[in-house]
Amino acid sequence: MSPAAASTARPGLDFDCVTVDEVSRHFGRRRAVSRVSFVAHGGRIIGLLGPNGAGKSTLLAMLATLLKPSAGVIRYGTLTAADAPPELRGRIGVLGHDLFLYPELTARENLAFFAALYGRRDAGAAADAALAEAGLADRGDDLVSGFSRGMRQRIALERALIHGPRLVLLDEPFTGLDQASTAALVARLKGLRESGAAIVLATHDLDVAEGLLDEAIFLREGRMVESLSRPEDLRSAYHQAMTGGGRS
Amino acid sequence: MMRVAWLILRKDLTVEVRSKEIAYTTLFFAVSCVLVFAFALVREGRPPEDGAAGILWISVMFAGNLALGRTFERERQSETLRALLLAPASRPAVYVGKLLGILALLFGAELLLVPLVALLFQAGLLAHPFWLTSILVTGTIGFAAVGTLFAAMLVRARSRDVLLPVLLYPITVPVIIAGVRGTATLLQPELDAGIARFWLALLVTFDVVFVTLALWTFEAVMTD
Repeated sequence: MSPAAASTARPGLDFDCVTVDEVSRHFGRRRAVSRVSFVAHGGRIIGLLGPNGAGKSTLLAMLATLLKPSAGVIRYGTLTAADAPPELRGRIGVLGHDLFLYPELTARENLAFFAALYGRRDAGAAADAALAEAGLADRGDDLVSGFSRGMRQRIALERALIHGPRLVLLDEPFTGLDQASTAALVARLKGLRESGAAIVLATHDLDVAEGLLDEAIFLREGRMVESLSRPEDLRSAYHQAMTGGGRS
Repeated sequence: MMRVAWLILRKDLTVEVRSKEIAYTTLFFAVSCVLVFAFALVREGRPPEDGAAGILWISVMFAGNLALGRTFERERQSETLRALLLAPASRPAVYVGKLLGILALLFGAELLLVPLVALLFQAGLLAHPFWLTSILVTGTIGFAAVGTLFAAMLVRARSRDVLLPVLLYPITVPVIIAGVRGTATLLQPELDAGIARFWLALLVTFDVVFVTLALWTFEAVMTD
């Protein structure tokens, strides 16, 4: 499903890029993210790489508008989250580490609920299309609680994409997936990139990230220590950035 | 707003119909509460004067606290509350949806509790159905309006199970008092409509204040 085809938001809310400008976030005295800047363009995949506690999830939560930056600004095209109406959130899709699915509902009910919540008038049809995209059309009436982690992840990804977002945020999307599921997710992300969505993903999995990312941003203790376009030999670059070899 | 609230209500009811977890636990707890008070307070078939009004409201409040905690615990387990907050809808719509779900559960519990209390305490609770319904509905809305806001606020707090009643009961004391006194008025041999109207007006006032404050603050308390 292309973002344009599924768009339900007002045209004025469309954006081609998201600008993160000197963004910081503090929790009390603890600094989770400090003066991070980058631009996420449509049709590109940006990877946020770093150890636990580096600030990746906090940065994604700010991009998702769930957290307000303590300093700096995030612009969606020309709009900031503070200026924009709630409909802006309809242009953002989030796949968190937790999958945001109701285990007591069937896969179809979950997808239809979120489709309707995002303003899709054809929620039932959208759910069926999403089930087909996930390769689970024959399991649509099964409760999500009976699904494997990989199957839940596929449903959760379709849940995050059901409204055709312009910005897709993924937090550790490869965790707990077998090779086949990982390959399917990588193929789906490449398809999304082709459709023009801006994708920002946080991951520890350098092997999968290699060859997938258009840009790698290395975070350490909330700071952006390195940024590479079309990264090659990601493992070596990561090691160099985390041991202090990168710029600070 | 009402479209999103309706979607959330329908989802909550579907989940509850499947699991029956909250309905069973709240009803079991509330009925146990009424039975314990009945055994303790009813001597030789003579209940204490106005006791039925207090027991009814205590049962509703305790059951409400349990339902509030479990409803939001369910949203916390899969982080689905975050998913609701990410939706392109006004945050108060999410609040209204959750509030309606809690109200549906509590009204369901009251349908069982009212005849049970009337029977065990030999109270004429059903003698004035209009007044009883009005007082129960407005009192439950006031309690649930504050409870839904606090339960959502505390969803990430480690000691949320302790904090929720500690915060909720003191704030809702006016609702509880008005509910108990209004219900007690209905148990008198001669109904004084003026007094009943006074307590009902007080409850309506609390509802307007609490619901307005909750709608006004929900966006702020749910955005870090």
